[in-house]
Amino acid sequence: MHFIKDRFNYLFGSTRGLTLTAIAVVSIITAVWGMLSGPMVEWGIRDVVVKLLNLQMVQAEREARIIMLYHTIAMTIVAIEVYIITEILPMKRHQQTMINATITAGYLTAAVFGMAFAYWGQNFIFHGLFLLGQSLVFFAGILLATALWPWKKEYRLAPDSPYAHTKNGLDLERLAFFVMAVATLLSASWGAVTGSYWGNGHETFLAEDLIRNPFKTYLQKAIIGHLHIMLTLIAVAITLIVGRWLDFKGLLHRIAMPLMIVGTIIITFGALSVVWLEWAHTTIYVGSVGVMLAALFFVIYSWDMLIKEGTAGIRRPTFWQKIKALLSDPLRFGPGWQMVFMNFTVSGVGIFMAVKLTEIFRVWPHREERITLTGHWHILASLIATIILFYFADQSGLKGKARKWFGWTVIIMSNIAFASVTVFSMKRLFVGEAEQQNIVNWTMLLTDIGLATVLLVLAIFMAWRLIDLFKARGFWRAEYNQEIKRSAEAEIEEQRKKLKELEETLKEVEE
Amino acid sequence: MRRAMMLLVLGVLLLAACAPEPNVSAITPPYIDTGVDPEAWALIPAGVFPFGQHDHPTLIETDYEMMITTVTNEQFARYLNEALAAGVIRVGEVEVEAGEQVWIEEGVAGYYPGEPYDGYKHEEEIRAGDKLYLPLYDPGVRILFDGVQFASIPEYRNHPATMVTWFGANAYCSFYDWRLPLEVEWEKAARGTELVDGRGLPFPWGTHIERNHANFYSSFDLFEKMFGKLGNTTPVGLFNGQSYNGFETLNGASPYGLYDMAGNVWQWTGDDYPKQHYRHMRGGSFYSYEVDLRVWKFNSAGPQYYSPQVGFRCAR
Repeated sequence: MHFIKDRFNYLFGSTRGLTLTAIAVVSIITAVWGMLSGPMVEWGIRDVVVKLLNLQMVQAEREARIIMLYHTIAMTIVAIEVYIITEILPMKRHQQTMINATITAGYLTAAVFGMAFAYWGQNFIFHGLFLLGQSLVFFAGILLATALWPWKKEYRLAPDSPYAHTKNGLDLERLAFFVMAVATLLSASWGAVTGSYWGNGHETFLAEDLIRNPFKTYLQKAIIGHLHIMLTLIAVAITLIVGRWLDFKGLLHRIAMPLMIVGTIIITFGALSVVWLEWAHTTIYVGSVGVMLAALFFVIYSWDMLIKEGTAGIRRPTFWQKIKALLSDPLRFGPGWQMVFMNFTVSGVGIFMAVKLTEIFRVWPHREERITLTGHWHILASLIATIILFYFADQSGLKGKARKWFGWTVIIMSNIAFASVTVFSMKRLFVGEAEQQNIVNWTMLLTDIGLATVLLVLAIFMAWRLIDLFKARGFWRAEYNQEIKRSAEAEIEEQRKKLKELEETLKEVEE
Repeated sequence: MRRAMMLLVLGVLLLAACAPEPNVSAITPPYIDTGVDPEAWALIPAGVFPFGQHDHPTLIETDYEMMITTVTNEQFARYLNEALAAGVIRVGEVEVEAGEQVWIEEGVAGYYPGEPYDGYKHEEEIRAGDKLYLPLYDPGVRILFDGVQFASIPEYRNHPATMVTWFGANAYCSFYDWRLPLEVEWEKAARGTELVDGRGLPFPWGTHIERNHANFYSSFDLFEKMFGKLGNTTPVGLFNGQSYNGFETLNGASPYGLYDMAGNVWQWTGDDYPKQHYRHMRGGSFYSYEVDLRVWKFNSAGPQYYSPQVGFRCAR
């Protein structure tokens, strides 16, 4: 009994355990539902999975199923980011517990009942529970924003702090987290309000199918704004998280944080104002510049730090020694690299599309434009996922060769896959339809190999963590004990402060 | 050793991808007689039917007819000869305009009166003038011109006429006093009026799709074996329940007896949507995943667009 109780407490009672559980949930969903598309269809695996799991694949409900799937994955990813934020940012122990408990109940309810509604018959009790789950995630977001409130005295920074702050000590990084959390809540409300019209004048659609329609309804525009900004804010959150992880500080931090704060506000306003403003895109571009510059400063800082660390004992390191130092730890090099790589496969493609829309993309048939659109945001989502994996693998204490193999395989194979997807989606720039067979075969094969390898590495990593759970003195135990220790210390500190406050109050009363 | 093995496996996989793919335009497939008459028409009676993915009850007030197959290369070549003799088309260089791009192509062209232009954001401007109907020297073209006469490549004569622009498809139908079907007409002809569990049919033949119902991406039809995974067009009406050299087909006809309303080639429809002027195509093609074969799915492009996976049929 103790065996199960201990593991349960770790998986659902500690931040690391919760993160591991959520990664396992995403992995399982990806593994199973990944078998319903791509080469799995060609190989007949989709049909086997559908029969085996008794999935109900009504043709007219495909888009709705996909939307439920996206939401399930998104809720889980948001939960992972929230767990990490509650762990790395100072907040009260009871706040952390409350936030994590609420979001765990929320994302699991949303995932289980959302998928049940989508794939096992449209039982509207399940749909109601899916909404309940999402509401709990939202409520956890409110708790998080409250816990992050940066104007509290105890979160002020000292005047000589190397982290970005105002003259009166306001922690700008914390403010950036807070702004991101509030923007996410606002954007989630945007989707929720629009979603409430579902079945009441609003019909399910995928944004990429409407792209050429010059007359979109306000509800459709609201959904398009919602989905774009939610993914953007998930990206902002992970950028802030890795900044914290790699101890981003100094001059670049002082420049980056205000840019991130202002950029997040502007980009959120831009994406949501798509509903009523003709020039909303200009606002989005302005906001993007702020956010992306902040990310760029993080990349410069983190790479410079890796180089300095790796060449610490060398008086005048050569160029190659610096490169070697930079590449010595793929897990800490990875986040910055994936952000740089994103410019070639996501931002670059997006900007190119915007600039050459009427000249190139609208000359192509809609289907080609749709491939590019879905390709570039799937890549962004997957890049974010790889960065989360780098973080979690590092926190899991991955060391030595395993660390290098894990890190480099994820970087190289994901980059091969995403570069191939980009070439595939842009193939019409350099090959005609009658002669495209080779390029299609090449890019699809490389995409499949890249993604399959990343998923395989993830599976190995998760298997390692699973096996570890069966060990009495496994890594999980160390993580759990460490967290209990940290919590206890934080609690003692809180109680000391409280005691001091009470003593002061008593003194005042007695005087 | 292990590293070498891994590199070897990766190398083999890459080499497999490098293996020369068949040049689609260099292979001529065998001629297959499907027994389906491309000259035949089907009557679609007036009435209400479930339109679109969300099955909106929609009324079409009059009866109309549609070709039971897409126009074949043989039919289109015959039209080109008749139209050339009648002086309504010409062969030579033609200026093609798409978005902000303008280029010259060698092909068949004819006059089009243009469309109202509102200057709307991203609106395609369709000016009056000679428009390209069919390019002559693209590897995807199945119709040859010897300087005097047009003729289909014999083996492709009962395949859909592809590489025809919307202008060309529209001109073909107009030449015989027919027209391109409106999207709503096309969809009714494809799915009929039947409701299963309260929903209209997603495919012309029913609610599920099997690989031998239609010609689509990776459907393993007998032409895919010859042309690789991306496949090629199949003769019109191939999927009619017959067996061809051991390749068994299921009957993919629509409730009104129209063939290839899902797969084989996307089909131009006749609507001109104001403030954009993109032309919609329906049905999916040999290069489409099965989801694009659902009857409500559409693709779109400017009317100057042509492709090896786009054809058309007429209505009257």
